[in-house]
Amino acid sequence: MASPTAVDLSAPVIEIDHVVKRFGDFVAVDDANFSIRQGEFFSMLGPSGCGKTTTLRMIAGFEQPTSGAIRLDGVDVSKVPPNKRDVNTVFQQYALFPHMNVFDNVSFGPQAQNVDKATIKKRVSEILEVVRLTEFASRRPAQLSGGQQQRVALARALVNLPKALLLDEPLGALDLKLRHAMQFELKRIQREVGITFVYVTHDQEEALTMSDRIAVMSDGRVEQIGTPAEIYENPATVFVAGFIGQANLWSATVTDRSATSATVSALGGSTLSGSCVADSVRAGAPVTLMVRPERISISMNPPCGDMQSVNAIVTDLTFQGPVVRLALSAPDGSPIIANIDPDADLPLLRPGHNVWASWAPTAACVLPDAPDQPRTLDDIVVEG
Amino acid sequence: MNLPNWVRAFGRISLWVWAGLGLVFLFTPIFVTILFSFNEPTGKYNYIWNKFSLSGWTDPLKYPELTDALIFSLKIAVVVTAIATVLGTLMGLAMVKYKFRAKGMIGAILILPLTMPEIVLGFSLLTLFVSINWSRGFITIIIAQVMFSVSYVATTVRARIRGFDWRLEEAALDLGASPFRTFRKITLPLIAPGVVAAAMLTFALSLDDFIITYLNSGLDNTFPIQIWNMKRSKIPVQINVFSTALLVISVILAIAVVVGGNRRSRKLAGLTEVSGASLNS
Repeated sequence: MASPTAVDLSAPVIEIDHVVKRFGDFVAVDDANFSIRQGEFFSMLGPSGCGKTTTLRMIAGFEQPTSGAIRLDGVDVSKVPPNKRDVNTVFQQYALFPHMNVFDNVSFGPQAQNVDKATIKKRVSEILEVVRLTEFASRRPAQLSGGQQQRVALARALVNLPKALLLDEPLGALDLKLRHAMQFELKRIQREVGITFVYVTHDQEEALTMSDRIAVMSDGRVEQIGTPAEIYENPATVFVAGFIGQANLWSATVTDRSATSATVSALGGSTLSGSCVADSVRAGAPVTLMVRPERISISMNPPCGDMQSVNAIVTDLTFQGPVVRLALSAPDGSPIIANIDPDADLPLLRPGHNVWASWAPTAACVLPDAPDQPRTLDDIVVEG
Repeated sequence: MNLPNWVRAFGRISLWVWAGLGLVFLFTPIFVTILFSFNEPTGKYNYIWNKFSLSGWTDPLKYPELTDALIFSLKIAVVVTAIATVLGTLMGLAMVKYKFRAKGMIGAILILPLTMPEIVLGFSLLTLFVSINWSRGFITIIIAQVMFSVSYVATTVRARIRGFDWRLEEAALDLGASPFRTFRKITLPLIAPGVVAAAMLTFALSLDDFIITYLNSGLDNTFPIQIWNMKRSKIPVQINVFSTALLVISVILAIAVVVGGNRRSRKLAGLTEVSGASLNS
């Protein structure tokens, strides 16, 4: 297996250089520009139609960029056919060869590259051990369970020791329990072989669990790239905030702007502040204020100290096991969702009670509104 | 519905009777052909049952013109099958796999030879060959038969590969196989049952074709044409012998293909080792 210590970990394996992909009038990928580092687990996350699979297929060579370049270890491969690119793909429905057994499926790659028989045998048995399928080598794909087929697909793609492994929603066809088990399997395998993984998914939890870095995509654009924590704590756009985890998103107007934060008026005239990095946010601009439900605490009296707070009325309570989900109504009618600890020192709350919702200023983010973003009540929601 | 038992019984029996009559109607000519291969005709015409004899089977090569015609027909069938299967398979693949301009029109042109009267096709080809001054014979027969066989192959292959998973090809390319290796190792083995079926159909059509071949054969005689020519002077029992032999061979081939195909699909469904049960039951 390739040793990950022998290579420069910060060097980019894959560079996506201002790549645009159009299908007729439809822009599938709009100026994607990022690079993927050696040995990292990189995810492209977004709803269906966001361009993540098209980007993956361009890296694999099944599609060619309309403009821009894709570089593999610094070499432009935009015009190189898939069979001459040193990357391998794990397909969504595995695409195992039904007329070949597991061994022949896995050895297909090295055979195509004229590796000698003894080496093929050794490499295939090694990789089958890594994916724990040694005793299934003579089975056909149809004789295997979904999880086993998945691991054959993984072994088949890894046996060539590619520069990067591309995975297109590989866990999509598995049931929930198996999916969780495979997430750990994938991480383990990636650590063992030390190959760069490029992972496409629409499942934010999957991306947060496994990735070193995530590119969140929407409508063909890359909205944000960062570590799971960066993306969760400091989403760059309203879309990212809503797509990853749960978020309170409130309409607000900027009253003051400093280098790293902004003060806004929101929730019926309350003056609130939050961290802000977007250049487009200036005084007077309409923006969205984001606070995660678990960062909101509830008290019966106005909190003291450096806390942001608004007065609100309880509208609903839902017990959800580890947390209680509290729905509140702000003075202007905006909904506020707070996830609170069932052990919190609070009197028994009922709908209609008047409480204070508060959070640390660092828990709030001021996000620029997209120009085409609709501003309706429906838009200010907590995404599930 | 609540029908008395005797009505149900009657219905069941008459269904069997009608089905049986239908089968008798279909198979009587074949049966007669086989039966008359064991006849010892009284004159030159093997029309009327005289008595059982193996004379036709012990001396099948009695009429060299008939034997030569059969060999000529088999030669043509082999060449036509080879050419038409390759061309038709590629056409069928292209029609399913790719989107291209005028695809609908090409699809329509493709089935045209299947729907056009043979006499029209045969005659227009003859006109063409005469006008460019090509002498008719082996080559023109091949051209004529390939022309309509390609349509059969393309249509058959196209129907059989509708559900083909094209990502298997992408997977093979992705693993480093050249497009040719991908075709040889992945696409062809998986579409083989359709291709074999199309090839068998083509072979049978080629042996059998009369009208188009007759118009474009010049002085060369295929088996059907030879029978046609001979029938004015004699209908020897050897015609029945050859026909019966061809029939037996094609039935054996058809059974082999069906059995092979079943075993293959059971293998693919993973049932060979799991259980002996058949999927088709």
